[in-house]
Parts: sequence; C-alpha cells; structure tokens
Amino acid sequence: MSSSVVLPARSEQRRVSLRADKPRYGEKAIYAFLFLTAAVSVLVTTAIVIALFQPLPGFFSQVSIVEFFTETEWSPGFAEPRYGIVPIVVGTMIVVVTALIVAIPLGLLSAIYLSEYAPTSVRKTVKPLLEILEGIPTVATGLFAFFWLRPFLEYLTPWLPWGGLFSTGVAGIAVGLIIVPLIASVADDAMRSVPRALREGAYALGAGKMRVALKVVVPAAFSGIVASFVLGASRAVGETMIVLLVAGAGSPGLNFNLFEGIQTMTAYIASRATGEIAVGSIVYDTIFAVGALLFIITLMMNMLAIRFVSRFREVYE
Amino acid sequence: MSQPFSDLSGRSQFAAAGAGLVVQNRFKSDDHKSNLGNVAFVVIMLLALTIALSAIVAILAWAFVEGRTRLDLDLVMNGPSTVNRATAGYSVAILGTLQIIGGVIALIVPLGAGAALYLEQFADKTKWWNRVIELNIQNLAGVPSIVFGILGLAFFVRGPFSLGLVAAAGSATIALLVLPTVILASREALKAVPSSILEGSLALGATRWQAVWRQVLPAAAPGMLTGVILAVSRAIGEAAPLLLVGALTFVTFPPNFFEGGYSALPVLIYNYAGRPQEEFQILAAAGVLLMLAVLIVINSFAIWLRARYERTW
Repeated sequence: MSSSVVLPARSEQRRVSLRADKPRYGEKAIYAFLFLTAAVSVLVTTAIVIALFQPLPGFFSQVSIVEFFTETEWSPGFAEPRYGIVPIVVGTMIVVVTALIVAIPLGLLSAIYLSEYAPTSVRKTVKPLLEILEGIPTVATGLFAFFWLRPFLEYLTPWLPWGGLFSTGVAGIAVGLIIVPLIASVADDAMRSVPRALREGAYALGAGKMRVALKVVVPAAFSGIVASFVLGASRAVGETMIVLLVAGAGSPGLNFNLFEGIQTMTAYIASRATGEIAVGSIVYDTIFAVGALLFIITLMMNMLAIRFVSRFREVYE
Repeated sequence: MSQPFSDLSGRSQFAAAGAGLVVQNRFKSDDHKSNLGNVAFVVIMLLALTIALSAIVAILAWAFVEGRTRLDLDLVMNGPSTVNRATAGYSVAILGTLQIIGGVIALIVPLGAGAALYLEQFADKTKWWNRVIELNIQNLAGVPSIVFGILGLAFFVRGPFSLGLVAAAGSATIALLVLPTVILASREALKAVPSSILEGSLALGATRWQAVWRQVLPAAAPGMLTGVILAVSRAIGEAAPLLLVGALTFVTFPPNFFEGGYSALPVLIYNYAGRPQEEFQILAAAGVLLMLAVLIVINSFAIWLRARYERTW
C-alpha cells in the first residue's frame, strides 16, 4: 500500500528551520519589561533591608548591644534614657499570645465547620463575609475596642484590676478578632486539600462525622493548620493601629498586667515617628533598630509558615 | 433498626457492621449513637463562626450609634477645624485619600500585572533567580505595614527620592505595601486559565506575547481586576505606614500631590479620636462609618465581580 504523501527525494528535502524567521525584538523588549516589574519586588526588599539596617552601626556605637537586649527599661528621649528592648518585645508578645488565645479556637472551629460541615450555600455566604471582616481597617477595629469593647468588658467585670483608659488584654482580643479570617481561610484551604479518600476510608470503618473531622482531617492537614497559626501570629506581631489605640503607650518598664496599657514594638515606632524628633539623633535611630528587630521576627515566622504550607501541598498533590 | 448502612444488603452490611464493631472496640464509643456530642460540636463551631462574624455587625453598630448625629453633608463637605468642632469634616482627608489611591492604582496595575505575567507565563521555574523572586514576593506579603512606613520614611520622604512629607510619598509607600497581594491575586487568576488556551494560540502561529496578550490576559482579567480592587480597598483603610510619612499633619487645605502637607481618611479619624473634645470623638465614629460603608461597597463589588466571571474550563 503506497503512502498518500509523496515524499520528495532526499536531495530535494529542504531543512525547515523551526526558529522564528524574524528576531522579534519587540517580544524581547516586552520580556525584559516584565522581568523588571517582577524584579521590583526584590528591589523593595533590598530597600527595606538598607533602610532598616543602615542606621544600625551608628546606633550601636552609642548604645551597647548587650544593653539593648538585656536592659529591662525602654525610655529613649527621657532625661535618663535606657535602651533595653525587652519591655516592648514582652509587650508585643503579650498582645500576640492574647490574640492567639482568642483567634485559634474561633478560627480553627470556623475552618472545620466551613470545610467539613457547611453546605455549599452557607459556605458561599460566609467566606465573603470573612473577607469583609478581614478588610475592615484596623483603625476602625481599634476605635471600636477603645471606645466600646474595653468599657463594656470593664462594666461586665468590675472586680478585675482595670487601670486607666488602656488595656493590653483588650488590645489582644481586638487583634485576635482581625486575625480570625486569616486563620480560618488558610486552615480551611489546608483541610479542603485533604483527599476525599482519607475521609471515605474513615467513614467505611464506621467513624462518625465528628471523628472524621477531628481525628482524620485535622491531623492530615496539621502542617497547614500550624501555618495558619504562624501567619496569624506574624500578622499580630506587626499590627499597629489597634495596639496604638487600645494598649496606648505604657510605662517604660516591664509590665505584665493585662488590664493596663503597655508599649509594643509597632506602637513605639508609630508614636515615636509622629512626635517631634531631630533627624539623625539617637532617638530617631531607635525607630530603625526596633523596626529591624520587628522585620527579622516577622520574616522568620513567614519563612516558617511558607515551609509548613509547602509541606502539605507536597504530600497530597 | 437505626443502625447505619441498613440500606446495604447481605455481605456488605455484614462487613460494615463488623467494621463498626472494630471501631467501637477500638475507640470505646459508637459514633452513630453519641448524637449529643455531635450536636454539641456543631453548635460550638457555629458559635465560633457567629462570634467572628458578629464583630462586623458590632463595629458597624457602634460607629452608627456613636456617630449618628454627625451623619450629615458637613462630614464630607467641610475640612478639619479646631474652631468649628460641630461642623468639622473630612473633605481634605477624602481628597488626600483619593490622590493616594490614584497614585497606588497607577503603580500597582502595571507592576502587579507585569510581575504576575512574568512569573506565570514567561519565567523558567528551574532558574534560581525566578525562585528568589517568587519567595521574595511571598515574604514581602507578610512584612508588617509599619515597616513599609519606615521604608517610605527612609527612601521616599528623605534619602534617594527626598519627596518630603507629601501625598506622593504616602502613595508610593502604600503602593509597595499592597503590591505583593496584587501579584499573588493576579497569579491565581492567571493560573486558573488552562494552558491549553495558550498552547492552542501558539499552535496557530501566535508569538508568545500575542498568545498571552490576546488570549490568556483577557480570560484572567476579571480575576486580576478583583485583586486590584481588593488592594485598593486595603489601601483606603491603611493608616499605620502613613503615620510615618507625614499624613498625621493637621492640614486644613486641599493637598497638592507633590508639595505641602496632606492627610488621609483613616489617619484623620485617628487624629480626631485622639482629641479630648467629645465632638471630635463623635466625628471619628462618623468617619469610621463613612469609611466602612465605602469599603463594604467596594469589597462586595469585588467579590461579586469574581463570582460573576468565575468560570470552570
């Protein structure tokens, strides 16, 4: 049977080049432009690192690095200034822990409901509502917590040692409320990426819905759930407006009282930068020193979260 | 018989009952009989969700109750004033925010779309620099907003750009802050377009850019637009970085983009709230309500847009 295509004799066969017949400089220019737009983000990170770390040698030539990390009083600009970062780091940690105590149960339970129990119609209404909650400006949440939530909680529990207008605990609760949507959506994604087969295997063994959710899906999605907690904590560390409004600027020393004001890293930066300070002075440089520490802490948390997230993606896809 | 699997027959029912017995022995409980625990669990989950969502209602309710007496035209028509406290408003701050948003859109649309197109359609994922860019964007998305304020202070207000405390500096700072989220959202939108669309176009002889520009980009446009709108809504409410780049100044005149003081809506709300007079606190609550109303409209539009144009290929 002869082929319907008549091949030319070997000598006539011309080599057809698969390369483009024109150099297409336009395409290359577009490619270069797109690469540059993507590279902007790397430039931004570089600029952040330069902005934060460049004033540090000058700062640490005047303040010993040992004092910075061990002294327990933070009072730059005072008559007798002390530069111990411990109190404001502790302040930040108190807010973060309070926020997580509020946000982890609310966020995780919401995520389990959305991923395992909610009918599609409920899911389709609740997810956008959570997005709207996430989109509420923190200055609004902060004012709500300062003008309403703190007085309301004081009214409910007058026997607690409320002191002054500010409260670290209420700041933590308010920060907790704004990280609930973040925890819920990341944990929900992690649980939805658990394959159906795992659930069905458990059902086939006679397990009920609650056992499947808690003993199969949650452990299988564990790294993603941990990632959601770490991301929430990182967001809480960097939260500024709520803490500035509700926790205020507290005493320069260590303070563990949840019912009084406290100073945190972010609130210090914000309140210091808006005050009258001479550019280049040591007080001005504290903004950058605190900012650098804040940047390092959140960077480590984010790297950790990214690692956890990529772990659950690898296992099940 | 209320046992589960009763609709199965013969051997299957037998097997299921056996498996159930094994589970019972193993866990010392029968999941299908302990209904109380199941119901309690569902109730607790619904309670958690309700508490989280009631925060929206509570904030709106507080802002309305507190600020209702100032929901008038003065709120948007008048500028800030320490003399006429009862009729002071947000006009200057609204203009400042509009300028900031204009600058933000002008920066993030080309930069965000360009970076997303590069990473999704052009970048060779095996090259280390592309992986660095990718990881870098993910990390940048988690950098606290106040750190971007420091960046703006060091680079835009002083340092290389030296713009001073002007709206342009605030605008550039906020644009860099929301850029990573725009890139991530745009990448998701581009990922949702199946590669067969691109490949079909390439097979018909289009160049790579023609295929991307005429086929992939239009298909991904609604998703990318949603990302931009959500970024704008975040930019409207962002106050912390603006505190560092000069928006807290109490200006009473409309701002100029490149010179003179400026203000922004969330920052002026914060400014009013910090003043001791009661009129200003009411004004702050009214401002919160105004800002939330605008944001909820914008966010709902973005969410509607995404749902409207969401398609399964």
